[in-house]
Amino acid sequence: MSEAVKEAVAEPALVAIMEQLPKTEVPARSPLAHHTEVLSRPTHENPGVRLWENALRTHLALRGDAGSADFARGVEAATGLALPERLQCHQSGEWALSWVAPDEWLLTGPGDQALAMEMSLREELDGHYAVINLSGGQTMLRLSGPKARLVLMKSCPYDVHDRHFPVGKVVTTVLAKSQATIRRVGEEDWELVVRRSFADYVWRWLVDASQEYRLSLGHPE
Amino acid sequence: MFYIFCPYCDEHREEEEFHPKGQAHLSRPADPDACTDEEWGNFIYFRDNPRGIHHEIWVHAIGCRKFFNVTRDTQSYEILESYRMGSAPRITQLTDKQQS
Amino acid sequence: MTQFNRLDNGGRIDRSKLLSFEFNGQRYKGFAGDTLASALLANGVDVIGRSFKYSRPRGIVAASAEEPNAVFQLGATEATQVPNVRATQQELFDGLVSQPTSGWPSLSFDFMGVFGTLLGRMLPPGFYYKTFMFPQAAWDTYEKYIRKAAGLGRSPREPDVDTYDHLNHHTDVLIVGAGPSGLSAALSAARAGARVILADEQAEMGGSLLDSNDRLDDKPAAEWVKATLEELARYDNVLLLPRATVNGYHDHNFLTIHERRTDHRGDRAPANLSRQRLHRVRAKWVVLATGAHERPLVYGNNDLPGCMLASAVSTYINRYAVVPGSRLVLMTTNDNAYRTAFDWQDAGREVVAIVDTRAYVTGAWQEEAERRGIKVLKGKAVIEARGGQRVTGALVTGLTTDGNKVAGDSQLLRCDTLASSGGWSPVVHLSCHTGSRPVWDDDVIGFLPGKTVQRQLVAGAVNGRFALDDCLTDGASIGAEAATNAGFPAEPAIVPSARTRPETRAMALFCIPHHKRNSRAPKQFVDFQTDVTAAAIELATREGFESIEHIKRYTAMGFGTDQGKLGNINGMAVAAKSLNQTIPQTGTTIFRPNYTPVTFGAIAGRHCNDLFDPMRYSAMHEWHVKHGAKFEDVGQWKRPWYFPKPGETMQQALDRECLATRESVGVLDASTLGKIDIQGKDAREFLGRAYTNAWAKLPVGKCRYGLMCKEDGMVFDDGVTSCMGENHFVMTTTTGGAAGVLEWLELYHQTEWPELEVYFNTVTDHWATMTIAGPNARKLLAELTDDIDLDKDNFKFMDWRQGTVAGVPARVFRISFTGELSYEINVQANYGLHVWEKLFEHGAKYNLTPYGTETMHILRAEKGFIISGQDTDGSVHPYDLGMSWAVKEDKPFSFIGKRGMKREDCVRENRKQLVGIKTKDPSIVLPEGAQAVDDPNHPVPVPMLGHITSSYYSACLGRSIAMGVIKGGHNRMGDTVHYPLTDGRVVEAEICSTIFLDPKGERQNV
Repeated sequence: MSEAVKEAVAEPALVAIMEQLPKTEVPARSPLAHHTEVLSRPTHENPGVRLWENALRTHLALRGDAGSADFARGVEAATGLALPERLQCHQSGEWALSWVAPDEWLLTGPGDQALAMEMSLREELDGHYAVINLSGGQTMLRLSGPKARLVLMKSCPYDVHDRHFPVGKVVTTVLAKSQATIRRVGEEDWELVVRRSFADYVWRWLVDASQEYRLSLGHPE
Repeated sequence: MFYIFCPYCDEHREEEEFHPKGQAHLSRPADPDACTDEEWGNFIYFRDNPRGIHHEIWVHAIGCRKFFNVTRDTQSYEILESYRMGSAPRITQLTDKQQS
Repeated sequence: MTQFNRLDNGGRIDRSKLLSFEFNGQRYKGFAGDTLASALLANGVDVIGRSFKYSRPRGIVAASAEEPNAVFQLGATEATQVPNVRATQQELFDGLVSQPTSGWPSLSFDFMGVFGTLLGRMLPPGFYYKTFMFPQAAWDTYEKYIRKAAGLGRSPREPDVDTYDHLNHHTDVLIVGAGPSGLSAALSAARAGARVILADEQAEMGGSLLDSNDRLDDKPAAEWVKATLEELARYDNVLLLPRATVNGYHDHNFLTIHERRTDHRGDRAPANLSRQRLHRVRAKWVVLATGAHERPLVYGNNDLPGCMLASAVSTYINRYAVVPGSRLVLMTTNDNAYRTAFDWQDAGREVVAIVDTRAYVTGAWQEEAERRGIKVLKGKAVIEARGGQRVTGALVTGLTTDGNKVAGDSQLLRCDTLASSGGWSPVVHLSCHTGSRPVWDDDVIGFLPGKTVQRQLVAGAVNGRFALDDCLTDGASIGAEAATNAGFPAEPAIVPSARTRPETRAMALFCIPHHKRNSRAPKQFVDFQTDVTAAAIELATREGFESIEHIKRYTAMGFGTDQGKLGNINGMAVAAKSLNQTIPQTGTTIFRPNYTPVTFGAIAGRHCNDLFDPMRYSAMHEWHVKHGAKFEDVGQWKRPWYFPKPGETMQQALDRECLATRESVGVLDASTLGKIDIQGKDAREFLGRAYTNAWAKLPVGKCRYGLMCKEDGMVFDDGVTSCMGENHFVMTTTTGGAAGVLEWLELYHQTEWPELEVYFNTVTDHWATMTIAGPNARKLLAELTDDIDLDKDNFKFMDWRQGTVAGVPARVFRISFTGELSYEINVQANYGLHVWEKLFEHGAKYNLTPYGTETMHILRAEKGFIISGQDTDGSVHPYDLGMSWAVKEDKPFSFIGKRGMKREDCVRENRKQLVGIKTKDPSIVLPEGAQAVDDPNHPVPVPMLGHITSSYYSACLGRSIAMGVIKGGHNRMGDTVHYPLTDGRVVEAEICSTIFLDPKGERQNV
């Protein structure tokens, strides 16, 4: 922990910042643990769809003025990622920075680095901005395979066709009766960020929608 | 089901992503305490219900969470323009073509 | 003998696949490729139902979506029952079981016929209004029998075993109809690279090309269809949707398509496949190539089995190799229908005569008839059909040249099939869905799609272009136009040439006159499904109905499940004539979605059962389930309602939970409360504007309760907001109000005060929140933390502290909704379950008791704390609640609600005000909503004083407690009021303070 971080944690001033992860071994439980722990479904040899949870990641909401050069510079200095344009995502290694709104971005990365990243942002940024830790309030699903796009078509009113939703695009939209921030990671590979309390519903919806496409649950290794 | 152009996302999106928020270009009186009951009543309760052009506020609730204005023809349900908060509508009356 | 109407050769059926099916309890055989209707006709089944009002025998009339009579109940088991299936659209499969939906009690026993005259008189036009309006109470009885006799089918009594789903699409060009126009339009658009969806309601694409023996480029038309479909299937950018009816055309080019994915494969859908699918399509451009429906002519007894549409007869012969009779009389107003007589003759059966209503007509079609030796009677018409259960003859009489009167003698032609054609009506339905009024065209003798604001083009017969050549070229150029408009510059596809005989002008004739007045003539049916006759429409006009919309509603014309596809134009023509108007003057009714009936399953899709609505869970949900919680829906959240122990009643559980909390310590999962993170230098200013109370001086580390009002001054949410840092607050909202409050704050920030530097983000799901409450709460917490000073003077009521609880970093808020010593522990949600379980590990010695929302409600009511949305209903301001302490009038900014609560009505005397209510009998728990009166013996209407908003049995107090609103209640402390209940009891009660327990607030300040 850097000195700056220690100081900030010890003495909240303008904003309250805290290390939210336990120092000792305390089991974390992702919103979908009750599904992913008990996976016993037959895994298809050649699945049309794969679904898994990329659990316990860092999720930070970042607010600020996209038009401000200082803000853009600060974000890049802290994250190594340029501020993405509208509906775009920039990715480098484990970190991804997605446009959410003209003054809001979603920064996702390794699960144990939320505070370090928040501190790093706060060190680089100045003026009117905000960093909000959402790591416990969201989770990330991965949907991949040749039929993944069809599963999304069953679930979302947004146009997920190649011509309209190329790799690198990110969109917040309706998913069944909930919502998701959907990013196209690869040709057949999608990432869905959903709210914790809706995660069970979204998971069950996607599993159901994938039934006719030979669904395989769990990380593809 | 409307197809609404979000001027912040710069795309058309399905109506399910939006919430309607009523008539646009109503300002909260600068000094509410100086308003008569009637003036305040007009501000909070009375709205236009035009046949034709209507400027209204929508919010991209499942999306960028931004409020914006649309100009909509209440007869045909055509949305003639979307424009950002703080700017003025370009279309304030129906053209002959739209009227006929 | 089976299938005696089946031809040995031809058709698009597969004679190698013999299928067995059941209709009305009888077994029949048909072939793969049949529809249920074609198979019934092949077997010579004449009577397939009885009519709605008059119980007349009815047969199959049409071959497609416009069929009014052959509407069946399908399903081999109770769970797979489907009502309202058109036999003409249902593909045959082996083992299909169908029942007539009309004809109760049975097809052969003519129940209504027995009472025929009686009921016929009972059911004049407007009979619903005239007969069944009074007494209203009897409607339930009437309705049961009317529905049963009317043939509306029935719902399954068991849950559907199949699934249905939705698929969303966006496309450049949606083409509706895969006939000659639609196919050529698709070629043009697809070749240009546009995303194209081509949808057709039939199993095979090709439309009229499959129903005829037309030739294209001197080859059978079906060859071109095959080649075209093969080409289209090769394009990635094309989606072909057969068995898919475009049912609705909605705003901004949004269309719904009802696809029957497995209805042709069996009674049930195969595993993992949805039976039907609703496609939700947003199209840049739409091409309607929906074709035209042939219009039957209206004449006496035109509903006898054996009376059919001319084109339907041709379709059955050409497509299904079924000739539905032996001796044909064809009546027509146009040349096109002559082909039916030729098809009939080619099938080896006898054409008795073509009866052409036009007196002077000569041309290629008449020459061909002459060459074939078919007798053509010109200037004549069939004025009535003769027969009992089936046509046995046609009474033919001369017509005046305008077709308005009969002229000359009659002759009876012996026949068993009477085909008629009054021309073609463009299928304008989808265009009408967009609000567009169709326009009458004298040349087409029909309505064409009118002007529309949608991005819609029309091609082919729907546009009044009936000749095959025109359809092909029109389709190709419209398809190119649509693709070009959508951003894909396109050339019209080269289409094959169809050599068709030139047609001479058709005659505009709809209802054939009779020797007798229509009211005395044999019944001339306009709408078969609702049994509306020409005479009924005339009667309606005589009774003063002039608007076609009123005539429709009075006679029920077009009200059937076929929406009057066959009858409407004829009905309008009869009305126009009766009113001495032209058809355009009379106008038309507007068709509405859906084009054909859609199953509820398809509309619901997968939004049913466990997926009907999201169920939101907190991080501790699994624990609650494991510990037997009963759940309550709060918004979409599943919140523990109470935790019964084995054998406990709900009240026993509540009593135990309440007492345990007040005596030792209880714990509540409060994660569902809305939490909004507010950052920015103007956060404090913003709070001052949005809340009614003061925020300017709240120090870091402190919490404060706030009321939020709308501009009218009425309370809409409340909660505790904590100062995390000088520029940082966390607001809590009610569970149900979370999303609304966030949107409300954003609305004011973005539209009124964008200059304020503040950001709002929801953190509801990020924090797991558990509230421990009760005298032992501090002791329990002390066991789980070593870095928070819990001393009562260092960590005071309404303070918050950061520290570690059960090894997890936490924010602990000392706030109380129970009146007890209470701590609200917030940890990152992924650790919520861990901390919750640790609480119980350490809490056992304090009898730590989990409690749910109901105990929370009781405990807060004992303290007189309101629940926004329960004790408030949008008409209650803070003063009504007795919460003036939560309004800071002298804030510099006129906060939201301040001006509103000063309006005349808000400051008047005698407003309904929130008070406590104690029943005189402490064991009676008043029902919430019970109305208060001063004098229960007052004659009605009794002046109402207000109602009960919250009411419980309090185990701690050993009596019932309630809160409610009473007019002028704050000044009526100690008064007695009465609550008359629906069961006849009148409950006496006393008005009291809302605070029933610990009025000085000592329990929470320990």
